[in-house]
Amino acid sequence: MTTIETRAAPPGPLREFWHYFSENTGAVAGLIIIVAVVILAVLAPVVAPHSPILTDNTAFLRPPVWQQGGSWRHPLGTDAIGRDMLSRLIYGARLSLLIGISVVAISIAVGTVLGLVAGFFRGIVEITIMRIMDIILTLPSLLLAIVIVAILGPGLMNAMLAVAVVVLPHYVRVIRAAVISEVSRDYVTAAKVSGASKLRLMFKEVLPNCTAPLIVQTSLGISTAILDAAALGFLGLGAQPPSAEWGTMLADAREFVLRAWWVVTLPGIMILVTVLAFNLLGDGLRDAFDPKLKR
Amino acid sequence: MLRFILTRVSLVIPTFIGITLVAFFLIRLVPGDPIETMAGERGIDPIYHAKLLKEFGLDQPLYVQYGYYLGRVLQGDLGKSIVTRVPVIAEFKTLFPATIELATAAMLFALILGLPAGMLAAIKRNSIFDHGVMAVSLTGYSMPIFWWGLLLILLFSVQFGLTPVSGRIAVLYYVQPVTGFLLIDTLMAGDFAAFRSALWYLILPAIVLGTVPLAVIARMTRSAMLEVLGEDYIRTAKAKGLPPLRIITLHALRNALIPVVTVIGLQVGVLFTGAILTETIFSWPGVGKWLIEAIGRRDYPVLQGGTLLIGTMVMLVNLLVDVTYGLINPRIRHTR
Repeated sequence: MTTIETRAAPPGPLREFWHYFSENTGAVAGLIIIVAVVILAVLAPVVAPHSPILTDNTAFLRPPVWQQGGSWRHPLGTDAIGRDMLSRLIYGARLSLLIGISVVAISIAVGTVLGLVAGFFRGIVEITIMRIMDIILTLPSLLLAIVIVAILGPGLMNAMLAVAVVVLPHYVRVIRAAVISEVSRDYVTAAKVSGASKLRLMFKEVLPNCTAPLIVQTSLGISTAILDAAALGFLGLGAQPPSAEWGTMLADAREFVLRAWWVVTLPGIMILVTVLAFNLLGDGLRDAFDPKLKR
Repeated sequence: MLRFILTRVSLVIPTFIGITLVAFFLIRLVPGDPIETMAGERGIDPIYHAKLLKEFGLDQPLYVQYGYYLGRVLQGDLGKSIVTRVPVIAEFKTLFPATIELATAAMLFALILGLPAGMLAAIKRNSIFDHGVMAVSLTGYSMPIFWWGLLLILLFSVQFGLTPVSGRIAVLYYVQPVTGFLLIDTLMAGDFAAFRSALWYLILPAIVLGTVPLAVIARMTRSAMLEVLGEDYIRTAKAKGLPPLRIITLHALRNALIPVVTVIGLQVGVLFTGAILTETIFSWPGVGKWLIEAIGRRDYPVLQGGTLLIGTMVMLVNLLVDVTYGLINPRIRHTR
């Protein structure tokens, strides 16, 4: 039984991408969570019931509303000096997203240039760049970040810089690998023959074709950045009190493990959920960009 | 074969030099010169300062200083801690076994759970079990382990009173350190009560440190297993009528393990990152906690020496994994 199908025009690349992406429930869930966190971060002053640094002298370590002693004034309770947990968690979303996006922006900018250069001008340039990246990769990531912060001094900006350096090799490697596989393609030869300059070849011809792995790496990179920056915050080397960064909040909460579960559990849940969402999204993006891999 | 090993080993040299450069500049880049740094916040008499600068060769150009530093490092001299005045390498030696013991326990935990979970998930592909394993492992992979540790303490130590909160062994036991590994030392001393105590203290930190490797191993085993199960020789084995258990354990697992072994080797750096956090949470007396405390005390020689030692250690383990991988897998040996 053969029927001749009248084929509709092939779906555009974006439609095709969405088709594969939306099949992945995990990835869609990740995307929804990320959108929610972004909205929370943007609207923090509107949504948060209190200021994140305002201390309420009448309510130290108040439990959440559903526990005895809790009140609707502080729905998720208060911390040791009477700051509203809910408001701090909401404002924390701002910091974590800021960290994630800035770190990835820095490492993409630097990593793209280094990766392009390494992939393009093989030889000694490539060897030098890749050896330096290998050294960065050899040192345990948190140890290197700690060393950098020890030099620059603790603080949010320095922590972001440290994390950006630590994750840099991943971007350089991804870009370099993509460049090397693209450079041998016919369209590059064609552009070369028609006299395109090296810079044009690098940025106008090859780079746009390397975006897929870069987008995947971006999503996965944001999750790593948030996690690493929170770890630095937890060790007292990242964002400094009183800023409402989730890792720093956990560091403050450590001594209250025994009597106030909410100050310990809630910031961690926020980190876990956000990081998980970016990982789910990254996995989904990878499958969607490379459907062959999945089949 | 020899050529393969020699190439790999020679690649280690630039990496090692790189690590020494990082460690060398670590102290130089801190504002103020090393003498001021070592003197700390109390300050130092200018004449004495100049004398010390000359004595330590700090008035020489940087590359000469680096040469001296490298020379000292190669002789095993990593300087002394500012706080305790004990040579860095000696402190490291006493603390390192604690970290190794913790890391080994964590790795065992990850392997014992991760390998079977990944295998079963691959065999029962797309079942509820498979989806469950994948979901749990992605969660484990996304876990902020410093929080995970606090959570487990909250649950097991505070709520149920099952495990101790922090430390390495109950205070009432004294164990003469021989190997530095408490589990071995207690057994050698024949003190089973102390052994039990040490084991009890080890459980929670090992679980916390093993969580991320567990997730990675389970995922990796699953995907390696899936790949191998699709190969022709597995179909042949099935067609020959071999029992499924034999096919999986003897034919599939052996080949699936190759990439898994590499991943395990590469977890060493991850384990160390985790050890810094885990040791801090559980007050585990290892090198991770030591380094964090060094930062708090501005004990730069410790930070410098520790970074160098740990970097070198990870580098050597990676080399070992690389070479072993080449030995197991001829395809790798002959490329490049």
